[in-house]
Amino acid sequence: MNRSGRGLQAYAVIYLLFLYAPIILLPLFAFNSGTIIAFPLQGFSTEWFQEMWANATLRRALTNSLTIAVSASVLATCFGIFAARASTRFTFPGKGGMMGFIMLPMVLPEIIVAMSLLVVLLGMGVQLSLLTVIAGHTLICMPYAIAVLSTAFSSLDRSLEEAAYDLGETKWSAFRLITLPLVMPGIISALLISFTISLDEFIIAFFLAGNEPTLPTYIFSQLRFPRAIPVIMALGTVLVLISIVLLAIGEYFRRRGNARIGGSPTGGLL
Amino acid sequence: MTEAMIACKGVHKYYGDYHALRGIDLTIRAGEFFSLLGPSGCGKTTLLRTIAGFEDISQGVVLIDGRDMGDVPANKRPTNMVFQSYAIFPHLTVAQNVAFGLRRDPRSKADKAAAVEEALTMVGLKGYGARSAHALSGGQRQRVALARALILKPKVLLLDEPLSALDRKMREQMQVELIKLQRQVGITFVLVTHDQEEALVMSDRIAVMFEGEIAQLDGPEALYARPATRRVADFIGVMNFLPARILSESASTVTVEVAGLGQVELPERQISRADPDDDGPMIGFRPETMTLLGPGATHSQPRETDATIDEVVYYGDMTYYDLRLDGAEALDGKARPVRISMRNVFGRDVQEVGTRTRLAWSPGSLVLFR
Repeated sequence: MNRSGRGLQAYAVIYLLFLYAPIILLPLFAFNSGTIIAFPLQGFSTEWFQEMWANATLRRALTNSLTIAVSASVLATCFGIFAARASTRFTFPGKGGMMGFIMLPMVLPEIIVAMSLLVVLLGMGVQLSLLTVIAGHTLICMPYAIAVLSTAFSSLDRSLEEAAYDLGETKWSAFRLITLPLVMPGIISALLISFTISLDEFIIAFFLAGNEPTLPTYIFSQLRFPRAIPVIMALGTVLVLISIVLLAIGEYFRRRGNARIGGSPTGGLL
Repeated sequence: MTEAMIACKGVHKYYGDYHALRGIDLTIRAGEFFSLLGPSGCGKTTLLRTIAGFEDISQGVVLIDGRDMGDVPANKRPTNMVFQSYAIFPHLTVAQNVAFGLRRDPRSKADKAAAVEEALTMVGLKGYGARSAHALSGGQRQRVALARALILKPKVLLLDEPLSALDRKMREQMQVELIKLQRQVGITFVLVTHDQEEALVMSDRIAVMFEGEIAQLDGPEALYARPATRRVADFIGVMNFLPARILSESASTVTVEVAGLGQVELPERQISRADPDDDGPMIGFRPETMTLLGPGATHSQPRETDATIDEVVYYGDMTYYDLRLDGAEALDGKARPVRISMRNVFGRDVQEVGTRTRLAWSPGSLVLFR
């Protein structure tokens, strides 16, 4: 390998270290018995995990976050299926503008979305709750879900649905029996990506949740107390593990789906 | 055999301002192998999809087996379709694909399985049922698509360019198999194709379409030998065109002066229509209707013309000669090469470029487009 090759290699290594070294530190300090986040490590302990589990507010934050993330990802994906199918199959007046506005939250600063939502909701006299957060998250997750689903829908031969219809099925059963199984990898990807976006979203949750904590807002509130930081480390470790497991499950189903139809991988994350 | 299976009466189709079908009147007989032939964009696929029920018609009537299809949706019509892409469901096995249309069939599982096996046997895929559909080759997919459509015993099978994705050898083999299959099942087949050779090989009758209209509807032989318009003649096979000047007309014949061929008198049955954008009357003839004479060869044809060989294209079984007829520029000053094909037979030499030669021909093989 020549000199410039070595330079690029060093760049790649530094890049990956910057990306992942902080994450590796999480479990390191989560299992460290010391209360201060600093080297050298004191000794092995699962104390922080026990403390985390015993913390009622944290459990509540976790339950809230999961409720929001599951609801928002399911809603965003369902709406996304309608939008993606409509935009890939049909032409209708105002389609370009409509799709543009649906995709806009992807590039709009979140703080603007959050603020305007808050103003509107308060103006309408809506009580802030988990429901308002779910609505906000659905709004920001939808563009991502649609982007993933559109790829899945547009790579599908449209005569497949016609063939099923021609063979005696109704339009709906043709969709259910043919299109749905074939875009399932895209649906799983859309669910996953929406779930992840919702789970760690801070600004909208902070503005619209009222008194309810979610994981990110809870973590942020605890950072003021140095004593709480090892617990946060333990929580972070658990979250990283859950993410890896979720991604692996999603990828497994996507690959299995693709292998079954022998198609090229489309609409996936990895 | 002569009863009408499909009747289109004054069918128009608009896409916005675009007039895709311009008054189609058409009768397809029961048990017939019928082809819709034309260049891309001529409306042939639109017409097929109209018959299938995938497209609404803007005006007119489509009858299938005497029944008005006006408010019958595609899934209730007695037609099934083989799609250009075959539209094989990739997540199902071959047997599940073929059995797909039987989902609402009240027969027992065993009866259905037997029907699937029978359909697969018919298309030459016996024992392939358990394979997954995405692992099949192009030709096999096509057979699955056929079995899947035929298992429902439709009154009409619609085929949308079913052979265009196959390589040449496979295509020729499938053409013969489709003809045999059609004879065996006795179902009316309606084929859409842009390949004139395919249409000639397979069809009982062919409708040639240009720009949303039927230019000619005839059997393959009539279509080839007596094209109704200059454009049909140009689209089907190779036809040479030479400018002509009309000298005199009587009740049943026209006498013309043809550049390079001299004066000929043609009866009415050898007269077809020119197209609006043609410069004037033209004489057309097929490459195989004239004979290139070797040095000193004799012949029994009524007419003979001198020519020079410009180009020789050797195909093994055939040789194509591009010729310049003496006096071909006489009418409008343009040199118009004509193409003559000769079957290569043992003992006859292929002539060389630049050779002066003679052509033997008969006025009976000419068509006047005016």
